[in-house]
Parts: sequence; structure tokens; C-alpha cells
Amino acid sequence: MAEFEFETEGVKKTFTFMNRKAPYGTIYALEVLETVLISAAFEQHANIIFVDDGVYQIKAGQDTTAINMKNFSPTYGIIEMEKEDADEDDDIDMVWRIIVEKESLDARGLTEDDFKVSVEVLSAAEIADIVDASDCVISG
Amino acid sequence: MLHTVNKSPFERNSLDTCLRLAKKGSAILLIEDGVIAAVKGTVQSAKIEGAVGNHAVYVLGPDLKARAFSEDQVISGVKVVDYAGFVDLAEEHGTHNAWL
Repeated sequence: MAEFEFETEGVKKTFTFMNRKAPYGTIYALEVLETVLISAAFEQHANIIFVDDGVYQIKAGQDTTAINMKNFSPTYGIIEMEKEDADEDDDIDMVWRIIVEKESLDARGLTEDDFKVSVEVLSAAEIADIVDASDCVISG
Repeated sequence: MLHTVNKSPFERNSLDTCLRLAKKGSAILLIEDGVIAAVKGTVQSAKIEGAVGNHAVYVLGPDLKARAFSEDQVISGVKVVDYAGFVDLAEEHGTHNAWL
């Protein structure tokens, strides 16, 4: 079996993950989460953004036992912990932001207290600037 | 940045969110069922009619043709491109944002 070596030394990009779908109804939310974790493995910068029904992915209190599906929202708790570690450790060059669009929150009668992780609540215009400044956008 | 929208505005809010989050001056290409947004005379037409002032808006010709829309039915200010034009847009604008 050939062994692959990825030349990632010194390569640092800013990824934007644009989550727009509610969890469980489709596979989009879980697939985006997988790519977020891959970007973490390569110590890349990440803007994890929740817009439209994507905001429901990080709502506190999810219980999927009766629908026989894995509740993946706890993984965002792990991501928040990793983000805090990276923020505090000068040796880790990785900036992560967890962002929710204010317009999407207001439209759904939610506030940032409804989430299981701490988020930055930003306007559509502020998010547009952040997305525009990123190197790669992965959406779902 | 190049934004693509591939859902009909009658079925999903992908176009609405794209228009809300796309920076002024960025390019928008309507593909697949997204081309329906580029057609004149529907209750959704005002969205693209309003967008052409702030964005370069394109629509993919083969997807229009497949759905029996002629170029005459496309909202004024929207440019029709073919697949080679799609590649040119992707090359020219660098980062791609797909509104699914």
C-alpha cells in the first residue's frame, strides 16, 4: 500500500463553514461538521457560521433517542472547548469563530441563550465581510 | 467571490439568503433550478431585478434551455453564459460560495 504524505507544512487558510440546514432532516449538517473536524486536524483557521435553519443545529436540549439517530450537537461542545484551548495557547496558530446570524435568530424567535455553545451574534452585513475575507467556503 | 444558487426561489430560501449575505459587487450565477429566479414576470422576479444593480448576475443557458425558457424571458441586466462561461467566472472570481 502506497503511503501518502500531504505537504501541509506552513499552509494556513481561513475556511468558512456555512451551515444553513436544520439537523436530522438531511445529511448536510453532519457532513459540514465532518469537514469542520478535518480542518481542525490540519490546524486551519475557521469561521463556523450558522444561518437560516442551520441555527437549530446548536440548539440546547436535543434528544434524538426516539428517532434512532445520533445526536451530533455535543460535538459542537467539543469544538467550543478546542477553540478555547487554541485561543489560550500561544503555540497553537488557529483562530476559530462560532458565529450566528442575527436575522436568522430573530426570524425564529431564538436568542443566544438557546444555544449549547457560546456564539458571536453578527448581522448579515458583518457576516458578508467575514465570508468575503475567507479563502474557502464550504456550505451545506 | 462567485456565488451560485441552484434552488428555485419558489421552493427554497437559498436566493434570499445569498442576496442578504453577498457583498455588493460580488458575482451571482444562477444554475440548475436556480435559473427560475432569472425569469421575467413571476412573483419572484423582483429579487433578481433588484439584485442586478448591486451584483453582476449570470444565468446558465443550458439550464434555461432544458426548462424551456428562452433568453428573451430573462430579466434585463442578467447575462446568459454557457459552461465555458461558468468556468471563466470560477477562474476570475476565486473563492466560490454555493448556496444549496
